[in-house]
Amino acid sequence: MRSFVERHTFWAIVIFLAAAVFLWMIFAVWPDWLISAIGRKKTFVNTFFNGVTLGGLYFLVASGFTLVFGLMRNVNLAHGSMYLLGAYIGYEVAEASGSWFFGLLVAFLAIAVSGILLQVLIFRRMEGDDLRQTLVTIGISIIAADLMLAIWTGTTYQFQPPEWLFGATQLPIISVVKSSGAAVYIKYPIYRLAVLVAAVAVGIGLWLFLNRTRIGMMIRAGVNDRQMLAASGVNVQLVFALVFAIGAGLAGFAGVVGGTALSIAPGEDIRYLLASLIVVIVGGLGSVTGAAIGALLVGLAEQFGLAYFPTYGVVLTFLIMVVVLAVRPQGIMGGR
Amino acid sequence: MATGGLFSGNSAWTDIHPAKIVVAVFLLAYPTFTSDFFTYQIGAYSLILGMVALSLMMLAGYGGMVSLAQLTVAGFAGYLMAIFGDNSVGVMGLGWPWWLTIPVAILGAAVFSALIGAISVRTEGIYTIMITLAIAVAFFYFVRQNYALFNGFTGYAGVEPPTLFGVYWRAPIPFYYLTLALAAFFFFMVLYGARANFGLSLQAIRDNPRRMHALGYDVTVHRIVAYFMSGIIAGTAGVLLVWFNGRISPGSVGVDVAIDILVIAVVGGMRHPVGPFLGAIAFVLLENFAIDLIDRERFNTVIGLAFLLVVLFSPDGLLGIWSKVRNRIGLNWNARRRNARAERDDGQTAPSFEQ
Repeated sequence: MRSFVERHTFWAIVIFLAAAVFLWMIFAVWPDWLISAIGRKKTFVNTFFNGVTLGGLYFLVASGFTLVFGLMRNVNLAHGSMYLLGAYIGYEVAEASGSWFFGLLVAFLAIAVSGILLQVLIFRRMEGDDLRQTLVTIGISIIAADLMLAIWTGTTYQFQPPEWLFGATQLPIISVVKSSGAAVYIKYPIYRLAVLVAAVAVGIGLWLFLNRTRIGMMIRAGVNDRQMLAASGVNVQLVFALVFAIGAGLAGFAGVVGGTALSIAPGEDIRYLLASLIVVIVGGLGSVTGAAIGALLVGLAEQFGLAYFPTYGVVLTFLIMVVVLAVRPQGIMGGR
Repeated sequence: MATGGLFSGNSAWTDIHPAKIVVAVFLLAYPTFTSDFFTYQIGAYSLILGMVALSLMMLAGYGGMVSLAQLTVAGFAGYLMAIFGDNSVGVMGLGWPWWLTIPVAILGAAVFSALIGAISVRTEGIYTIMITLAIAVAFFYFVRQNYALFNGFTGYAGVEPPTLFGVYWRAPIPFYYLTLALAAFFFFMVLYGARANFGLSLQAIRDNPRRMHALGYDVTVHRIVAYFMSGIIAGTAGVLLVWFNGRISPGSVGVDVAIDILVIAVVGGMRHPVGPFLGAIAFVLLENFAIDLIDRERFNTVIGLAFLLVVLFSPDGLLGIWSKVRNRIGLNWNARRRNARAERDDGQTAPSFEQ
């Protein structure tokens, strides 16, 4: 942090000023000229929170994707299918058992097991052949999408989250001050804040796991040099299977979390696959921190695009990707 | 190597494999002994899909760049046809004459393809597939939401080929010959290009970009030009495709269709330009007749399984299976011919550029 300020003083000042303006826009009561320029403050703040929570959801999906790529150089294009399958399994279990949390747990475990099976049965056979692995995942995603359509049909499903996650809460942010002098506070759905908390918790958990445990150390070593890790006596296949399990499990977990925040329907697999792709391209493949930054950027861009220029929302997300590729082809946090 | 030595042997008529003549005669005579359905829905459609897949095969097989955005390029050309030419929807449709619309559509698609190339060539290998997939999905969402230019969810209908020389070109038989002529043209262009200077340097770049860079070749420009050329093929196929369907909508450029193109190219084989056409024929036949075997709804499962099996067990696709079979039953015409020529040319064989 300090070295960044010393090396790029100009950019540090720009970022600092932007952050200050942003905080002011969130917490201050807006003067009239600002409201007439970009609309009501409520829209702005809600869009901002929607963007951040959507970013949290994208992070949950993309962190598994980037983790698997970082270690195994395997672009798992079936990641979106895993998300959707996790959502469906979680839904069935939650309906049958009546417990949303049990559904979440089973979705995580079931998709983690499917990830291990994929790694052991298929990817191990074609190690080092990136393109073939990717093609295989495309084949799997075609079949998975079709079979899921056959089982769960085209209907949209909606989760019932637990009672205490339902409803809205008041944020300590004033939207407008009425002429009577009473302040109106902004309300926001609790569940979306819970998504954000879950994403932050998973992010911190992953960071601790990768940086503070022995297995995490092995994984990081494997990212840098697979052969050396194998040569130093680590069972690389076991580490691979574990990472694949975590990465896939996170997709299943995100499936239930995201399916509750929005809904479950065919086609969501492609949507989240696209989100993960752009997030990791922007953030840098293989970097969990990069996935967090990328997810935040993409989530914000998508929501602000939707609120302020609806037709071209997709283009905004896409532009971010192009700009990042033009300036830093390896992604914001990507190393070479 | 001696210049000219590479081609001199190919000009003798005796060197042409009789099977090739049989295939050519079959393709030319095909409409005379089949119904309109087979001529149009199977024959012409296979050739069009084969051309789109050919543009992918050219990029992937010779350039090592697997792009999932080839159908997007074709779709872009189709949209340009509807926007600049005539359509029956009442949105856009500037009504330009055909001799202006067609070149603009094809060139527009080629430029669009070059832009995609410019974005994606900065990264390599596996990144290309991700970036082009992201571009394909973004284009799909964009045309679905944009009503001013692309007419959103409904897209365009009533895009017709011009009536020239008194022939209605969308009638099955003229349309079949039109697609056959264009497909054959691009097939031989790719075949020729692979042995021309540009094709050779492109293949060298695929095998070792750093060495080619050190030798003074501009790697980035070669790759972008390859994207431009593949854009011409894909764009032409896109014009034919919009005539074939008569309409174009976001569904025509969806991700599933874009992936179908990859499936076709991989199933057919990416070593030789004939692969994409083989893959396209297999795909179209499956699409039309798999209904008899299983439920129509589960077509994607069948095609996905076929794709998976090919990737798992025969990385070179149908071409790979064919050469295995041929080697086993000793029908190795090419090897014998090569040997004969080698003796004639004093031991100088044509070098193989396959990996």
